[in-house]
Amino acid sequence: MTDYPFLMELWAARGAILNGLGLTVAVSLLAIVLGSILGLFVGIGLTYGGGMVRFALRCYTELIRGTPVFVLILACFYILPVTGIQTTAFQAGLIGLLLFCGSHVGEIVRGALQAIPRGQSEAGKAIGLSFSQNFVYVLMPQALRQILPTWVNAATEIVKASTLLSVIGVTELLLATQQVISRTFIGMPFYLFAGAIYFAINFAIEQLGRYAERKVSLP
Amino acid sequence: MTHPEASVATTAAAPALLRIQDLHKAFQTVEVLKGVDVTLARGDVVTIIGSSGSGKTTLLRCVNLLEEFQRGRIEIDGQAIGYREQGGRRVPCTGAEVARHRALTGMAFQQFNLFPHLTALRNVTLGLIKVRKLARDEAVAIAEKWLDRVGMLERRNHYPGQLSGGQQQRVAIARAVAMTPRLMLFDEVTSALDPELVNEVLSVVQGLAQDGMTMLLVTHEMRFAYEVSDRIIFMNQGRIEEEGPPADLFNQPKSLRLKEFLKTIKI
Repeated sequence: MTDYPFLMELWAARGAILNGLGLTVAVSLLAIVLGSILGLFVGIGLTYGGGMVRFALRCYTELIRGTPVFVLILACFYILPVTGIQTTAFQAGLIGLLLFCGSHVGEIVRGALQAIPRGQSEAGKAIGLSFSQNFVYVLMPQALRQILPTWVNAATEIVKASTLLSVIGVTELLLATQQVISRTFIGMPFYLFAGAIYFAINFAIEQLGRYAERKVSLP
Repeated sequence: MTHPEASVATTAAAPALLRIQDLHKAFQTVEVLKGVDVTLARGDVVTIIGSSGSGKTTLLRCVNLLEEFQRGRIEIDGQAIGYREQGGRRVPCTGAEVARHRALTGMAFQQFNLFPHLTALRNVTLGLIKVRKLARDEAVAIAEKWLDRVGMLERRNHYPGQLSGGQQQRVAIARAVAMTPRLMLFDEVTSALDPELVNEVLSVVQGLAQDGMTMLLVTHEMRFAYEVSDRIIFMNQGRIEEEGPPADLFNQPKSLRLKEFLKTIKI
């Protein structure tokens, strides 16, 4: 192994890199789950809300989607403490990512709900389903099938965007890798290694998404 | 095939199943219904005919509260639906009340509107389980009975995408009648079908009529309307122009509009 300094250093740094990977997975997963829940409500509000609700949500989605994620994360890190909300770097980064995720998922949900033919909700009403029953049993199952491919795409974007948390000092996979590089001076192999791991995570997400799409596809 | 006793029933003491009084409906500034009165006794089969834009589909959709209406009153079994009087003012009913009112009627749509993510069977059981609160077994038994009735039992596990238009419409009718509505509304149920599929649907509707189900239909199938209806209503520009037994209306139309309308269609 002494002939392969990279492998040696990788083995030596395995703890740090695994910790980084753990943080990347944790922050991405939390941002995707919480952001999707937020996005679901945003989408419902955009579709069925009154004028004021829709206006407020529209401001949120337009503002967030028109801002680079990097700026959003920096804003959460620097601005939240000023407003009296004390957060760790991890929490600030997570808030940034989930706001980003929520705005995208919100638009996806709105689009999917509006794409369902009006006759579907009318048929639900005609058999006496209440608004919430109609939503849960008729509209959402159809919307979810439409949402799935774009939602998987949004999820991979979050994993990639999580690298930006390195800038505010969250030792996720990228920052952990960079710290190892600054100690070992072996740059390229470690960067390639980190890149391969990000690719593997997103590849897995996409495969999972395809599997789910096949599972729920309709004849 | 008229039933003379039916017209007696509507005027005599038997309480009306459906009573529409002075119904007015406007989309923004366009008045679509301009004071419509319709009364159906239990077991009546009444067909509304008229050129497109005459307000017939809108009338049906008002009865199922899929459209709001600005004036007038709709009663089913003596109960006003959609709106109630409160301190001398007309107030829309709450969502839950409207859902209850809607369950009094069943509706079959021109575009079938089956739920594409559910099998034929589950399309029918959904309302039975969620609205009528039946146990799953009971719901399945009722659904299978009705699917059998419309000749779709064998395909109960098919999804709508695997069924022809006529088959989808038959399932949609089963879905509506399985809820045991007091009144069935049929809105141009054969208009979206290929000609060779029309009859399978019409015979299902005819069977239900013979069973004594109260029905209000909108259709362009004049021969069918003639055969199945106790009464025909001819609508023109948001008003009822003429009303009576099919034989009278088709053979001795009184109004000029109806004469013109009958000239443009084939019977």
